[in-house]
Amino acid sequence: MTEAVSAGPTLAVDHLEVTYRVRGQDRPVVRDVSFQVGRRESYGLVGESGSGKSTIALALTRYLARNGRVSGGSIRINGLDPLAMSGAKLRDLRARTVSMVYQEPGRALNPSMKAGRQIAEVFEIAGLDRDAALGHAQDMLRKVQIADIGRVMNAYPHELSGGMAQRVVIAMALAAEPSLLILDEPTTALDATVEAEILDLVAGLREEMDTTVLFISHNLAVVAKMCNRVGVLYAGELVEEGPADEVFEASRHPYTVGLLRCIPRRGQRKDHGRLDAIPGFLPQPGRTVTGCIFAERCSLAIAECREASPPAFDVGLEHTARCYRHTEAAELPRTELPTTGLLASGPADVSLGAGGSPLVEPIVTIKSLSKTFGSGETSVRALTSVNMSILRGETLGLVGESGSGKTTLARALLGLTQPDQGSVLEFDGQPLAAGLRGRPIDQLKDLQIVFQNPDSALNRRRSVRWLISQPLRRLAGLSGSRLTERLNDLVRSVRMEQRHLSLRPGQLSGGLKQRVAIARAFGGGPRLVVCDEPTSALDVSVQAAILNLLADLQAKEQVTYLFISHDLGVVRYLSDRIAVLYLGRLLELGPAELVFGGPHHPYTEALLSAVPSLDGQRSERIKLAGEIPSAANPPSGCVFHTRCPRRLPTGVCESIEPPLTEVEPGHLISCHIPIDQLRELQGNAARKS
Amino acid sequence: MTELTAAPGEAAVAHAFAAPPAQWRLLLRKPTFIIGAAVLLFWLMCAIFGHLIAPLDPLAQQLLAKNTGPSGAHLFGTDSLGRDVLSRVIVGARDILLIAPLATLLGVVCGTAIGLAMGYFGGVIDVVLGRVVEAVLALPVVIVAFLFIVAVGPSSLTLIIVVGFIFTPLIARTVRTAVLVESQLDYLSSARLLGERPGYIMFAEILPNVLPVIVVEFTVRLGYAIFAVATLSFLGFGVQQPTPDWGGDIAANYGLLGAGYWWETLFPALAIASLVMALNLVTDSIEQVISS
Repeated sequence: MTEAVSAGPTLAVDHLEVTYRVRGQDRPVVRDVSFQVGRRESYGLVGESGSGKSTIALALTRYLARNGRVSGGSIRINGLDPLAMSGAKLRDLRARTVSMVYQEPGRALNPSMKAGRQIAEVFEIAGLDRDAALGHAQDMLRKVQIADIGRVMNAYPHELSGGMAQRVVIAMALAAEPSLLILDEPTTALDATVEAEILDLVAGLREEMDTTVLFISHNLAVVAKMCNRVGVLYAGELVEEGPADEVFEASRHPYTVGLLRCIPRRGQRKDHGRLDAIPGFLPQPGRTVTGCIFAERCSLAIAECREASPPAFDVGLEHTARCYRHTEAAELPRTELPTTGLLASGPADVSLGAGGSPLVEPIVTIKSLSKTFGSGETSVRALTSVNMSILRGETLGLVGESGSGKTTLARALLGLTQPDQGSVLEFDGQPLAAGLRGRPIDQLKDLQIVFQNPDSALNRRRSVRWLISQPLRRLAGLSGSRLTERLNDLVRSVRMEQRHLSLRPGQLSGGLKQRVAIARAFGGGPRLVVCDEPTSALDVSVQAAILNLLADLQAKEQVTYLFISHDLGVVRYLSDRIAVLYLGRLLELGPAELVFGGPHHPYTEALLSAVPSLDGQRSERIKLAGEIPSAANPPSGCVFHTRCPRRLPTGVCESIEPPLTEVEPGHLISCHIPIDQLRELQGNAARKS
Repeated sequence: MTELTAAPGEAAVAHAFAAPPAQWRLLLRKPTFIIGAAVLLFWLMCAIFGHLIAPLDPLAQQLLAKNTGPSGAHLFGTDSLGRDVLSRVIVGARDILLIAPLATLLGVVCGTAIGLAMGYFGGVIDVVLGRVVEAVLALPVVIVAFLFIVAVGPSSLTLIIVVGFIFTPLIARTVRTAVLVESQLDYLSSARLLGERPGYIMFAEILPNVLPVIVVEFTVRLGYAIFAVATLSFLGFGVQQPTPDWGGDIAANYGLLGAGYWWETLFPALAIASLVMALNLVTDSIEQVISS
């Protein structure tokens, strides 16, 4: 990289090995990991869950759990060895040299202390008196670009939004001017627009404060955006390491290649072909493997790979890969062949019907759907008169940040939540009762859901066989040999095996658990399945397989999907049409190509530009001002006006709520700005970059 | 409305090692469990085969040998009526080990049903049952027990009902809390979407998941039940003399402590203490294994 390394690296990890002692047995979870982070460098560690990335971070400052220990190798921070430090020295290291920022800002802050005092404490430890410390705390808040400093200083953590709390945590971490800042999934718990702001902030502060950053994330795009060097971890081993652009553009390890292919990119869609998935599973943490740890999932593996662990081959300037076949890694065989047209599922071109009238009749009609939680002064409006329809056989993607009402809409449709009086829900021309009790068994059968978190959606005391049989018994009315037959069919179609049937959910991996949940949803032969963030709790390599499965099942069973996700890449891959929600209101609805391609609602524009992408630089980011307003007290007029970068100067946005109007055939936008003007504005922004 | 986004952290690693079925085998590796279970087993054998084990007839009076201290003929000595204390202690295990578990079981069954209903339905049912539970808890236990026993007359069945009734609200509260945690989970929505009835959801879906809590509650309450039964017997409301009974024997002989006849009180008291302690050891181990 640069010559800045001259003064010696800030962090040097050499052949690090970390072991957890579980049930009297040593399980190595990090093996032979070596890397260096030079001064002012930003180094990214990427890996799936169980890859050992957080364990490494904890080992650096000796925060390992009681049963964990560094069993080999060395660590040097500014040339000093934290493993050999005494109590006082270690405290000093943690106080002044290394700072950490964790995933959940809410849990990193002391709930009984005002934010200002918590930051000031860092300065008091450094020897300042109380007033001076408070003054410095204010400066820090200014640095992390908090506008309303007075309020935040005197706020308790629960009074801050997630993004605001993470800023406070970052302010605390930087207050001691550490030479190394470790960020462990700092934006994973945040919404896309907030994530983008935090990432910009960190990037800016790094320049300004000359801090060295170790950035840990499962999100490849975030790491690509934030770091100049990356290390890819797999099952506790660093399989590839090098400059970020090289690792992502010219990967030389089959795992990196496979991982990148798992992500839907460059506008890839389900009718063009399935996503590549990495076959097999992550090895059990702590299992000892002879040879290459990735060999059993690698289609390039040869006999040599299974015999001896590959050394780190130099494959470029400061770019190494632990693979015997690193020269052929890029030609890793595809698991899915690209097909054109064959896989077109559902009415792929329905919504493009001439004159805006869809060629296919709707299967679900939603009219003035509202939902208010609570009553009186404390009531919160989660949905405000949403009108839309879902077409037979399509996938409708539902997009929006947390609190936008996506899940409430889905639950109201399913009958799990009672909507307000006056809301109309129709399924296949028949009215749907507000609650589940009023719905006949046929309607229960028609509408099913795949929940976000299979741990929560599957009864952990029941066997897989019981879990999948239950809908067959209840909804399909099967029993005896016909039930067994259908059960086996289902198990095969979600690509599970007979041996899984006797297991309980706790004994399955995340991906398998989600397959059980999908089998349950399809058991009764539904016509519409709600997918509520079905892959957000899963690792990237597993996500691809689940998305493929959902697309295959849709093609086979002709079901309609209501697909909820915050991951726009995933939504784009699977959806025929997109609905964008903000504060319980529908802001945009239209065919996926039009919504993504633009012109689009300014909010959609901001959402799209906030998502970090692996496909090189995209148009300049549209910055959203401020926070998502509270649904308890939504803004007047257009609900988005408080954050809208394209707000009209006439004042109309503040006073009148724009109606949802059809601006193009099948494409509806709720905005005062005329479509031609939007096209011009957004076209200009794209051209500028 | 919060959204759990991706990336389960390293916590998942530690969790992956824990396979549920192996948990119960862990119990056998705990010395506290082994000791507790051994003592418990001893008293159970006494309760079942007491008359066969006892060296002498616990009811046989020897008026010539009353109040004799521990000796070769009477290891624990004799009481004021010349009955063999050791035999009475051994046989005395029977009634308390019958009444206390049955009473606890009654309390657990009723408490679980009420707790499930409160936690699952919430709303009005929770409020109404909650008030009833609080009202029962507010009554002075001993007075309720006395009134009941005086009205119905002392018998083993009365004791079971009284102690079960006192335990019901306590167990209901614990179960309700556990059910509330489960109510947050999606598998209940999933069951509702299959058209399952509330009764089925409560007993077939939720109950297996709160069972560990109920098991712990049962063992904890069992210890208290033994105390309660022994106390009521001591006060004369339980097992009636001359049937051998620890509480009753202490009551009959404690007046003679001042005369130096300590063995007549000490050995039944030790029996109660060892049984409760054994139960607590077992309970502790089970709790540790469940929560690990």
